[in-house]
Amino acid sequence: MSVEFRKDLFADERRDDLNEIGKPHTRQDIEGHVTGRTAYYDDHLFDGLLHMRCVRSPHHHARVRSVDASAAEALPGVRRVVRPSDVPHNINTLLSLIGFGEDDEQLLSDPIVRYRGEPVLAIIAETEAIARAACAAVRVDWEVLPHVLDPEEAIAPGAPSVNPAYSDNSFTYEPYDHVKLRFGDVTAAFAQADHLIEAEYEMSPIEQAPIETCGAIAAPETADRFVCHTGTQALFFSLGTTAKLLDLPSSRLHFIGGTVGGGFGGKVDSITEPMAVLGAVLTGRPVKFQWDRPEEMQVGAPRGAERWRIKDGVMADGRIIAREFTGFFDAGAYTRLSSYAGHKGTGHLPGPYTIPNVASNVFCVFTNRTPATAMRGFGITGVDFAIECHMDRVAEATGLDPISLRILNSYRDGDMKAHRRVAKNCALVECCQVAADKAGWTLSAQDKAASSLAGSDAQRAAIPETALDEEGRVGARKEGRVASTAPAPGTKRLVAGTHGRTMEAVSVQRPDMEILAERIGHAIPGATSAPAAAAPVAASPVAPSPPARPAAATPTPPAAAQPTPPVPPSAPPSPPKPFDRGVRRPGVSQFLSGSRRR
Amino acid sequence: MPKKPMSFTLNDAETGVFVEEGQNLLEALRRGAGDLSPKFGCGQGTCGACTVLIDGAPHLSCLTLAEAAASRRVETTGGLAAGPELHPLQTAFMEGFAAQCGFCTGGMLMVAKALLAENPRPTREEVIEAISGNLCRCTGYGPIVDAILTAAARMQGRAA
Amino acid sequence: MTTVQTFASLAEASAAQGAIMGGGTLLMRQVNEAPHTVPGLIRITDPGLSRVSASGDRIEIGAGVTMRQVMDHPDLAAFAPVARAIGGPALRNMATVGGNLFAPHPYGDFTVGLLAAGAQVVWADGRREELEDFLRGRVSAQGILATVSVVRTRPEQLRFRKVSRTRPKGVSVMSIAARLDGTGSSASSARIAFGAMGPTPLRARAAEVALQGVRLDTDGVGPACAACLEDLSPADDALASAWYRAQVAPIYLRRCLLGES
Repeated sequence: MSVEFRKDLFADERRDDLNEIGKPHTRQDIEGHVTGRTAYYDDHLFDGLLHMRCVRSPHHHARVRSVDASAAEALPGVRRVVRPSDVPHNINTLLSLIGFGEDDEQLLSDPIVRYRGEPVLAIIAETEAIARAACAAVRVDWEVLPHVLDPEEAIAPGAPSVNPAYSDNSFTYEPYDHVKLRFGDVTAAFAQADHLIEAEYEMSPIEQAPIETCGAIAAPETADRFVCHTGTQALFFSLGTTAKLLDLPSSRLHFIGGTVGGGFGGKVDSITEPMAVLGAVLTGRPVKFQWDRPEEMQVGAPRGAERWRIKDGVMADGRIIAREFTGFFDAGAYTRLSSYAGHKGTGHLPGPYTIPNVASNVFCVFTNRTPATAMRGFGITGVDFAIECHMDRVAEATGLDPISLRILNSYRDGDMKAHRRVAKNCALVECCQVAADKAGWTLSAQDKAASSLAGSDAQRAAIPETALDEEGRVGARKEGRVASTAPAPGTKRLVAGTHGRTMEAVSVQRPDMEILAERIGHAIPGATSAPAAAAPVAASPVAPSPPARPAAATPTPPAAAQPTPPVPPSAPPSPPKPFDRGVRRPGVSQFLSGSRRR
Repeated sequence: MPKKPMSFTLNDAETGVFVEEGQNLLEALRRGAGDLSPKFGCGQGTCGACTVLIDGAPHLSCLTLAEAAASRRVETTGGLAAGPELHPLQTAFMEGFAAQCGFCTGGMLMVAKALLAENPRPTREEVIEAISGNLCRCTGYGPIVDAILTAAARMQGRAA
Repeated sequence: MTTVQTFASLAEASAAQGAIMGGGTLLMRQVNEAPHTVPGLIRITDPGLSRVSASGDRIEIGAGVTMRQVMDHPDLAAFAPVARAIGGPALRNMATVGGNLFAPHPYGDFTVGLLAAGAQVVWADGRREELEDFLRGRVSAQGILATVSVVRTRPEQLRFRKVSRTRPKGVSVMSIAARLDGTGSSASSARIAFGAMGPTPLRARAAEVALQGVRLDTDGVGPACAACLEDLSPADDALASAWYRAQVAPIYLRRCLLGES
């Protein structure tokens, strides 16, 4: 297989003097794989290993009236029944480590379960078989509650409340119950369009299905610590989450990971690590908590379901002049990483096309389904599927060649994107040309001559006057005060040419997220600008051909003029909670001993 | 729980383990004999990560009752190399990038070994059939098939 | 939890209580996932169970014969494509003919081939019954199943197709087997069986009747294909809905009968 690098398009993207990148190389870990010596988390043997398994809800939504574990406790070989009250700080949300979202999920749930398979109790036993038998012997008295499995039903007035941290059944993107994107005025543009093309697209949840199921082994270690071998994809997430849920200083946790038997996003949720460490804490013995295959499929967080409605206003010549999205990410019962999918999905709109009027409402909705999480491009793949299906539909409706339609509407270098950023390093035109060639698809001479480097103009580079609305404030929808989930006609105008704020101008949510020169090792451009001042960069009116690349492409030496300042001696902050004890530096997450890395 | 003693040949070495009643061979190999090269992926016979050879034929160790392997000859990926010399399959897998996370690799190597023992010059279709009970989720089937064909050619002294 | 008893002969095993283990491909999964539901396992190492023997126009297949043995046995060439459709090579080294008879939906593809071929089952105590009758009472069957007896079948007499959603191997959306007798171009009689289209493999009798004496071409088999659902009761599962199965069954039956790809 050969890879062609189009230096005409990506001159500044890849250097030619690299010794490793772009050249065949034997993976450093592959000898371990072919000899069977690679040690995954389950390949660490402990004498006296105990096995932990969960009692799970058979219902989508239910209240636990009572639990009778007496028969389970009486089984020979059962070492410990673990109840929700055994979890020291039994509430968390994964992204709380970066200060995003409300704590909304328990490790062991009490008294409400919100998805089928949610754990309410755990059993620790001498063998896996005993743990399984003991789980089967636990009697739970369930009061079944009404459930909702569809995102649009979940945000309708009168729907059962799924997640008490979010009374709207949707993640809060202050001050709205959804993410808004507004660029131009779609309502006005639809009125001018020759064709209006609307359609809805859906994607089911997809399980990552790694061959190695999620799991962890934890054991008491020396120096009052616990060691934890895990298959996590996010070792420091798992460490911080465990410290928080178990109210342990992270300095007492020795996490060993990095060898993952397939993850694909499904091993970031940090469920098995706190469970295994909790087991080790409670029994003083090594404990393994490992999902079996049915658990991996039933309770392992998948890529969530998505639903997208797209409405395009298209001119007779194929130019798409307006595109409107209404999108729903089905988070399942708890947030996990779906809140991020809402932002990420919105950041992807309207696809790689220059459309002068774009509006989107994107919802992250809670339903009584298995919580969703990361999976390979999550937030992007579903909407890409929708966008490209819709492009074909537009081609059909307008009678245009589908590839020609894409070339016509593709981003050109210098175009203004709906996010008020200038498009650069565009290459969709060329991808279309190569794909057509390989598929034996005939393109017109004009399409063959098209280039991502040419075609932008003042109009395509401009930021239009934008219509704004304030529909969908938190709480309004569930009270029936909002007519539709689709973007509403604007009631206010934002003047043309209004740029977004620069990244440096946005105030950080919490000190931990401050970008500090001494932490990243190089100077931060524009870091000295006043936070409140929006610093609009003059958009280059016409992209020259070949376009001038940004000066930042020139490799700059590390900021030698700015030596890392010594950490000023200061009194260590006094921890409000025990798990803060490992932290010594201001500006570092209270849950972690070291600096956070991404 | 009372345990039963069981002896068998593991990668040409006489081996004894104690097994629990109803224990599968995968657990007996991993926890009992300490051979961690076969992997638990499903416990259902779906994924093939636990594949070992019993008397030369591939078996799913997660679905084999441990005591049914008594006195038989069990081979695992852990015993594929001849001392420091890697097996041609192992070399071909390494050179051909036929493993990413590596979790399915042991099972793939075992079915490939059995295939080449029986059919030293397999066609591409025969290789695909041979690994059809083994799942790879990092989407590496192409390189795996290529690597098995390369190893077959080298073992025959042919050019790949 | 699970106790295991091993017997060297059928006779010794006859008084034991427990679940009889064939190749273990279904029973060991249950032991792995729900050991408390399998209190006793019975292993029978009687070599007679792994034997294939021919007598007259019938072939007796021991219940412990594996799919791999079926594929390799010259007298069972007609059934080799059926056996090959089951699992991968490792699974076929384990899965047995006897175990397949008890495999719940959607498994049990080999039984579909046996049903079309008109097999009988023979119990250890000598009882003999039609496979179709056995399947009807399978849920509550007691005893040790020793042998499956089939009439000698030439490869060209038995047509088989397994429909699955992944290639080259996957669990059945449905499987279809048809034993056709007659000249090359028309069928004097037919036995048609479907798997994964009901609680057990089922015969499509209406389709069999409609196939009698017709030419084996698209028009000839049309009425039989249209009638195939009369005797089937497909259900929803994770692989396919009952609706989908019903929609595609006539199409796949035609492809099976005509050998279309």
